Amino acid sequence: MQPRFLPAGDSALTIEFGDTAELSLSMRIQELCHRIGQTRVQGIIEIVPALRSLTVHYDPCLCSAARLRVALLPLVIEVASALPAEADLVEAELQPAARRWSIPACYEPEHGPDVEEIASASGLLPWQVRALHACVSYRVLMLGFMPGHPYLGDLPPPLRVPRRATPRTVVPAGSIAIATSMCVIYPIASPGGWHIIGRTPVRLFDQARAEPSLLSPGDEVRFCPISSSELAELSEAADRGAWTPVPVWTGDAV
Amino acid sequence: MTLDLVGGLVVVRPGFSTTVQDRGRPGWQRFGVPVSGALDRIALAAANIVVGNATGEAALECLYQGCELEVACDSVRLAVGGGNATLEVLDTDGATCARSSALESITASRGERVRVRIAGPSISAYVAVEGGFALPQVLGSRSTYVRAALGGLEGRALRPGDVIPLVRGEAEPRGEVRLPGLDLMPQSKVRIVAGPQNEMFRGEAMRMLTEQPYIVRPESDRMGLRLAGEKLAHLKGADIVSDAIAPGAIQVPGDGQPIVMLADRQTTGGYTKIATVISADLPGLGRVGPGAEVRFELISLEFAEDLARTVAAEIAAWPQRLEEAMPSGQVMARLFGANLISGVIDGATGH
Repeated sequence: MQPRFLPAGDSALTIEFGDTAELSLSMRIQELCHRIGQTRVQGIIEIVPALRSLTVHYDPCLCSAARLRVALLPLVIEVASALPAEADLVEAELQPAARRWSIPACYEPEHGPDVEEIASASGLLPWQVRALHACVSYRVLMLGFMPGHPYLGDLPPPLRVPRRATPRTVVPAGSIAIATSMCVIYPIASPGGWHIIGRTPVRLFDQARAEPSLLSPGDEVRFCPISSSELAELSEAADRGAWTPVPVWTGDAV
Repeated sequence: MTLDLVGGLVVVRPGFSTTVQDRGRPGWQRFGVPVSGALDRIALAAANIVVGNATGEAALECLYQGCELEVACDSVRLAVGGGNATLEVLDTDGATCARSSALESITASRGERVRVRIAGPSISAYVAVEGGFALPQVLGSRSTYVRAALGGLEGRALRPGDVIPLVRGEAEPRGEVRLPGLDLMPQSKVRIVAGPQNEMFRGEAMRMLTEQPYIVRPESDRMGLRLAGEKLAHLKGADIVSDAIAPGAIQVPGDGQPIVMLADRQTTGGYTKIATVISADLPGLGRVGPGAEVRFELISLEFAEDLARTVAAEIAAWPQRLEEAMPSGQVMARLFGANLISGVIDGATGH
């Protein structure tokens, strides 16, 4: 698919690479974000990567959509030409993650009310749903919806189910939930339509930290199963500010 | 810190929804943090200029109702920006001793109360104080984002008894000024540019959006202005793979009723966006309340960018347009006149 420029008003320009949410597409978008960031085009306020597009927010007093297109087109072509037509890159071909995280996850039934439903929809047993979710690594495709709220991909194909027909009015903070090809974690309690399969004690967003959002686009995430009592202990420690996870690996490749 | 020495404003009546807002918190959207900030950035800038502040300084944003504040410092200079908003200073006996209209500075002393009224039709007003509020910046801004408890005063709307600390404990000794000739009333005509997903709608949708009036629904909030009117039909459906949401984006969910995304909009979303309100007209949507009529007019992107530059140039020229306000005696005379004819509804108290 040809990348397209889409005007989003007089102070934002979206560059769209495709119409699906896929890991390989997301990695290219993050590469483009990185390259645009390095060009230092005057008037760019911020660059927001999304699942299959990125948006450049700009100050129309210092820049214009026309000037942005001219400045960014060579970068877009470069990144797009490195994008296979079928977008079927295997994981090994992706850029290595800048950081890898091990996120504690309690999969016990009281914290994963929708596991049974996923199991029956996918023809798996509940323990297989949990094991499958915890055995693969994910990339942060995008942060959005709420501060620090990650969209992780790609979910193993057997776990891919549509969103709930009726969203819940309150999803507890720390809920790990899945739908479509992605997994999300709710940083704070909010309404939500994804299937809840577990709970993490990790605080995804804390304004008092030097880096308020724990995760950044492109980070690699694995889930590490913990028990209910460990969840309680770590939650309590996180609330006291006594515990914050650190990346298990920080690459020097990026 | 010297906060305790300087003092602040004590909230007597917070009104319906009063929050601290500045020009917003850009730079953090890639981490999912909404920009927030004043709904009406033109009124915010104007009120700040009248008290001698930078245009983006934090002010109190009152929605639907005014508020009442007690001065707990030597003196403070204030101005209110927005529609027919007014400021009244009440002495310790509760008698009105001074009054100013929108974009006219006024000074109040310790123990006096400042009453902010929103007389309509604009639903928003911005109370700026000389020197600004001594509140910490969170991620580069003092704007309140209530859903994640960020910024402002403890990340929430003001409550009775709150003390909002001030940077200055005493008003600069100088005369009062006013900024004449600004129209901060709701505008029914709102200009838009097409996109980003206008191609995902049926051919007649853009014509409907620009030819039929839309009415503001009561569920509107700082996140989005929800409108009711002619249904806008999608070609294939309302859902898209989530992308970023620009300020003023007109999102259209499955019911075909448009929502204009305002200051507290989520950074990303999964609904088609038929068009985007231009930045010059977006502040005007911070003034319209439930039942108001909005008419959209499609213009070119180049024209929209020109208008954005024109607005910025106008704001930059406002400090030169400040003029001396009337001496207080005349203010008193005018006050009596106003009281005889107006019978203004007291926004803060509901009297």
